[in-house]
Amino acid sequence: MLRFMARRLVLLLPVAIGILLVTFLIVRLIPGDPCVAMLGERATEAKCEEFKERYGLNDNVFVQFVRYIGNMAQGDFGESIRFSRPVSDIIAERLPMTIELTLFAMLFSTTVGIFLGIISALKPNSLTDTLTMIVANVGVSMPVFWLGLMLAYFFALVMKDTPFFIPPSGRLGASVTLVNLAKEWGLTELTGVSKFAVYFLSNSAIANSIITGNWATLKDALWHLILPSVAVGTIPLAIIARMTRSTLVEVMQQDYVRTARAKGVNERKVVSRHAMRNVMIPVITIIGIETGALLSGAVLTETVFALPGVGTMLVQSILSRDYPVVQGFTLIIAIIFVLINLLVDVSYAYLDPRVRLE
Amino acid sequence: MTSNVAILDVSNIKYTSPGREALRRLFHHRSAILGMIILGFLLILAIFAKQIAPYDPIQLLRDVDRREPPCIHLLGCAADQPQHLFGIDGNSRDLLSRVIYGSRLSLQVGLSTVSFAILIGGVIGAIAGFVGGWLDDVLMRIMDVLMAFPSLLLAIAIVSFLGTGLINALLAIGIVSIPRFARLVRSTVISVKELEYVVAARSIGANQGRILFGHIIPNSLTPLIVQATLGIATAILDAAALSFLGLGAEPPRPEWGLMLGEERNSIFNAPHLVFFPGVAIMLTVLGFNLLGDGLRDALDPRLRGTAAG
Repeated sequence: MLRFMARRLVLLLPVAIGILLVTFLIVRLIPGDPCVAMLGERATEAKCEEFKERYGLNDNVFVQFVRYIGNMAQGDFGESIRFSRPVSDIIAERLPMTIELTLFAMLFSTTVGIFLGIISALKPNSLTDTLTMIVANVGVSMPVFWLGLMLAYFFALVMKDTPFFIPPSGRLGASVTLVNLAKEWGLTELTGVSKFAVYFLSNSAIANSIITGNWATLKDALWHLILPSVAVGTIPLAIIARMTRSTLVEVMQQDYVRTARAKGVNERKVVSRHAMRNVMIPVITIIGIETGALLSGAVLTETVFALPGVGTMLVQSILSRDYPVVQGFTLIIAIIFVLINLLVDVSYAYLDPRVRLE
Repeated sequence: MTSNVAILDVSNIKYTSPGREALRRLFHHRSAILGMIILGFLLILAIFAKQIAPYDPIQLLRDVDRREPPCIHLLGCAADQPQHLFGIDGNSRDLLSRVIYGSRLSLQVGLSTVSFAILIGGVIGAIAGFVGGWLDDVLMRIMDVLMAFPSLLLAIAIVSFLGTGLINALLAIGIVSIPRFARLVRSTVISVKELEYVVAARSIGANQGRILFGHIIPNSLTPLIVQATLGIATAILDAAALSFLGLGAEPPRPEWGLMLGEERNSIFNAPHLVFFPGVAIMLTVLGFNLLGDGLRDALDPRLRGTAAG
């Protein structure tokens, strides 16, 4: 198992360098003078010289790329032009929201998706099966931002005076605030990774309220996460349900299922012990592939629900040409995506011993 | 014995060619028929938009209130009021006309981005698969890197340096779709290139280009057609998403994603402005998805049930 993981990590190296190269090039490929593109109207001759000197744009591209890798490896993502703050601080502020949303959407789509898939597979062509498959087909065709808006309309307006009211926007209720953990713990002189970690925890509404034991805040944070998570999770849910169904139908016809039944194992155990273990392999692969959709969906859905995450910041930064932020955010999302896929590969090897021995 | 079977096979092929057999399967596939009906309807809307749409999609109407809800005579809207089936948008334009014209844009978007991706991705994949060796390694590693990004986010990043606008958004979506087609073409080329008829072509002295374009590519088309149909669905969704974020089509273009984005804050007081463009996107994407599933079952029975239920 360890050897398998080590090999996967080594294989990641070229991809990681490629990701760095792409994000490096994004900023270098801007048409025209990068100085004019970034500073806009403020770009004067002297200012441009200073700018090029500061960002090392006068060196050759290879030197710049090596320096870029060095900086990134140290967690130095440059400085935002719009906010005059380190990009890493902005990431620590915005990333928790997007990660919380992605994780909850993933939880929703996998649990409900696998559940619906099993029900449909065990009673093929029943009403539940037909309905699930219709919903699955429609589900994959919906734009996630549209679904988000429709959910907001239904649960916040139509259900307004019922117990089913769910808030349509914002991270927390108006009267709820988060404790600043750095201040709370008296940590003012933080740098590097520890600073990032404390900022990150402090800005994650869920982590923060759990650490400080603030259950009312936790409840509020989770309540605000319901609609966005359902919106982001629905498309992957549809795909996972379809995949679970078709794989389980196939697996239930295998010899080992027949053998298990012949031994007198009860039907629930046949499904949970014998069939599901084999179903999980393709399903986990699909979950890995869908992580990209979840991350993209989170970015899109944040704008619908006014959530302070990576997506809203990324769009604002593009529109105001704040390239260091665009670069940093693209890089961090790609890294997360690659790491989740690594996790999927590892769980794959855990579930299927053949993969380990290959 | 074996020669008898061969003769029988030949006579069979004479009467039902694989193409006709695939068409027969396609027209017996329920979801494919539904997909074709939806897409046929959209195609008619797109071609005859000018004749069907009651108003000009970008003309501002007088005598109407902004964001007025739908007025349908059959459902009790006063007969002296002008009829607006989908209501009025935030700039006092007829929403139905805008949605109808949007079908043009949507189909163009889907077809153009996927054609672009197939052309570039197909050439990359064909060269990688056909030539092999280090060139294959280099090209496929580049594709791996592009696939290491969630596709929509890579498209957003590409738009950030190309600049916003519909054409740039399409280019970005086209670029991020390249790896999928490159990989597909590569794998089919590799599986086809050692088959007997290719070896035969080589033995009679056909040059490399002729073997690749005359023999290998035509025989690798089946999975490509399926993937292209499903790819159009994704491209339409991604283009709508970019426009929704304000990074794609610019006003006053009747683009469905843009229409949604412009009116997203009116969701509580004028939900019709969000509802109809969204349904239009969903139906279009559903049409391509259903047709794609049907094509997969009809053209390539081996793939049956790999993703669809």
